[in-house]
Amino acid sequence: MLKLHRTIESNSALLIFGILVVSSIGGFVQIVPNLFDESLHKGTENVKPYSALQLTGRDIYIREGCVGCHSQQIRPLVAEVMRYGEASVSGEGIYDRPFLWGSKRTGPDLARLGGKYSDKWHELHLNDPRSVVPQSIMPAYPWLAKNKVSTKDITAKLELLQWYGHPYTDAEIKQAKQAINGKTELDAVIAYLQVLGTFR
Amino acid sequence: MNKNSHYTDSATVFLLFCTMIWAVIGMGAGVYLAAELVMPWLNFDIAEITFGRLRPFHTNAVIFGFGGSALIATAFYSVQRTCHVRLFSPSLAWIVAIGWQIGVAVGVASLLMGYTSSKEYAEFEWPIDIAVAIVWVSFGVVFFGTLATRKIRPIYVSNWFYGALIIVIAMLHIVNSLAIPYSWTQAYPVYEGAQDAIVQWWYGHNAVGFFLTAGFLGMFYYTLPKQAGRPVWSYRLSVIAFWAFVYTYIWVGPHHLHYTSIPDWLMTVAVVMSIILILPSWATMLNAVMTMSGAWDKLRTDPGMKFVVVSMIFYALSTFEGPMLGIKSVNVISHYTDWTVGHVHSGALGWNAFVTFGTVYFLVPKLLGTSELYSRRLANIHFWLALMGVLIYIVALWASGVAQGIMNLSIDDYGQLNYSFVDIMLVTIPYHWMRLAGGLMFLLGALLMAYNLYRTYASSKRNLPVLVKIPKVHPGNEI
Repeated sequence: MLKLHRTIESNSALLIFGILVVSSIGGFVQIVPNLFDESLHKGTENVKPYSALQLTGRDIYIREGCVGCHSQQIRPLVAEVMRYGEASVSGEGIYDRPFLWGSKRTGPDLARLGGKYSDKWHELHLNDPRSVVPQSIMPAYPWLAKNKVSTKDITAKLELLQWYGHPYTDAEIKQAKQAINGKTELDAVIAYLQVLGTFR
Repeated sequence: MNKNSHYTDSATVFLLFCTMIWAVIGMGAGVYLAAELVMPWLNFDIAEITFGRLRPFHTNAVIFGFGGSALIATAFYSVQRTCHVRLFSPSLAWIVAIGWQIGVAVGVASLLMGYTSSKEYAEFEWPIDIAVAIVWVSFGVVFFGTLATRKIRPIYVSNWFYGALIIVIAMLHIVNSLAIPYSWTQAYPVYEGAQDAIVQWWYGHNAVGFFLTAGFLGMFYYTLPKQAGRPVWSYRLSVIAFWAFVYTYIWVGPHHLHYTSIPDWLMTVAVVMSIILILPSWATMLNAVMTMSGAWDKLRTDPGMKFVVVSMIFYALSTFEGPMLGIKSVNVISHYTDWTVGHVHSGALGWNAFVTFGTVYFLVPKLLGTSELYSRRLANIHFWLALMGVLIYIVALWASGVAQGIMNLSIDDYGQLNYSFVDIMLVTIPYHWMRLAGGLMFLLGALLMAYNLYRTYASSKRNLPVLVKIPKVHPGNEI
């Protein structure tokens, strides 16, 4: 072993090669078989691709970094299921690019948020969180209501997702621009929040 | 004068300057974020400085701006000294130094503008990902080119760690960033849902493992023996620890995904490997402590060395705490809470920033050709401010995190939840004030350091860097 190392440490090409081989094993075993694991990539019965408006809302959710404080992954623990709803399963997320599970709950988990509150509540809450939850430490997002959504990229987005295998019809893609035209960013975000957790 | 008879350190000097700038910017943003958590109105309804956008700005500025500049600077400096040869292509080294600054600066600015992939520590969008990858590969060319043209036969231990940093980070960055653009600025990843999560945390954990650990161990293995004036205690132990580290670390990513909807076997493997990882981590720590034996008296006189030695203590603490948090039954409490954030900062501040501060205090007078800092007293004040700051920070978040975790799972005798989410959130607020205080102390220390280094420069002959002649290789060690 040490002899082998002595050879490697006297030859920079061998050192590069050694590090590359030794460091790839773990990642290879963890990533590659999962690419072919059907159960990981098979959708649940109710999973649907996001509509043009929901997808636009999702991308605004990403833009504002909501994932920094809100997870979207309920663990199969009694208390957690009671607090947030049924545990998350992989089949719900097959149209999630990127995934938005998060790693921190400065705010509550949002995996089953859809339908929990009215659109009006979300509107008030996003404009001024403390108007509906007085103790809240969430920042206000008043610009969402003022900004109209951009329609520039929506066709390209849906075409790319269709290419990835998300089942959009050509007609849906054609109408996408029209479907979101004139909506505010707030409308889009609320449409996204209301669909969260309905795919199980 | 023959140029090849001297080392070239100008890119190092530039990068160390950038290191200090990034320290102030990145840590300043961190303090502001901590303040926003207790005073949510501090975003003043401005999208660019709202928590969600400022947080990735902070993480990327400190990891890649501060950490990255320090790593490249010290790699350029130490690889020449340990190979007894001038840098391979000093002009490419300059391109790397400047390219890295532009890449990270444009990247973090774009995060404030809302261009983000949302994947933690890999938030930059595809055009910046490509630019950064090109700069990184050029860094590899300079580094390995220098190794290949070295005059000493054995490759010194610090260089294995820098080598692992360069190779593994390139691999992680490329695989995790695979995405297809839908516009000139943005893209959707090739992975979806659970698969995306698995790839992301393979990246995310090993960005910590190879950027923040392997890279900084390279820095450490160069600096500590130099400061102590003693060779590494056991070279054999460093060999074993190195290969065990490179093999084991890469497996532990899924411990960030305990109890989520990824396959169970991934979590189990990650738990086992997390525990095993204590061995190479602590072997390195042991090696450091033993290297120090007989040189402890220098701690009284060398403030830079204090930083480096304390960094080893935090390294030991973090590499023990990490595997503990990787165990499912501990993770069930710690996951999604401030405990994780505290853990990251005990590593990033206590270990990475401390070893960097210590190394910069060590290198700057050398690069200036003076023997002393402007003020050793100021450096000592910095040390105590930083130490108190990081301790207050992590103690606050331990308390806050454990409270969050236990309250989240707490059920009463009738099977009902004991606490609402608002109850849990309210408990954390006093601790978040504490962490703000700790963070402020740490930032203040970094500002004192920047001032101290500036005065050191101003009172020197200002011929930065001094030319250092390459010494002769000891007979018997020639290549």
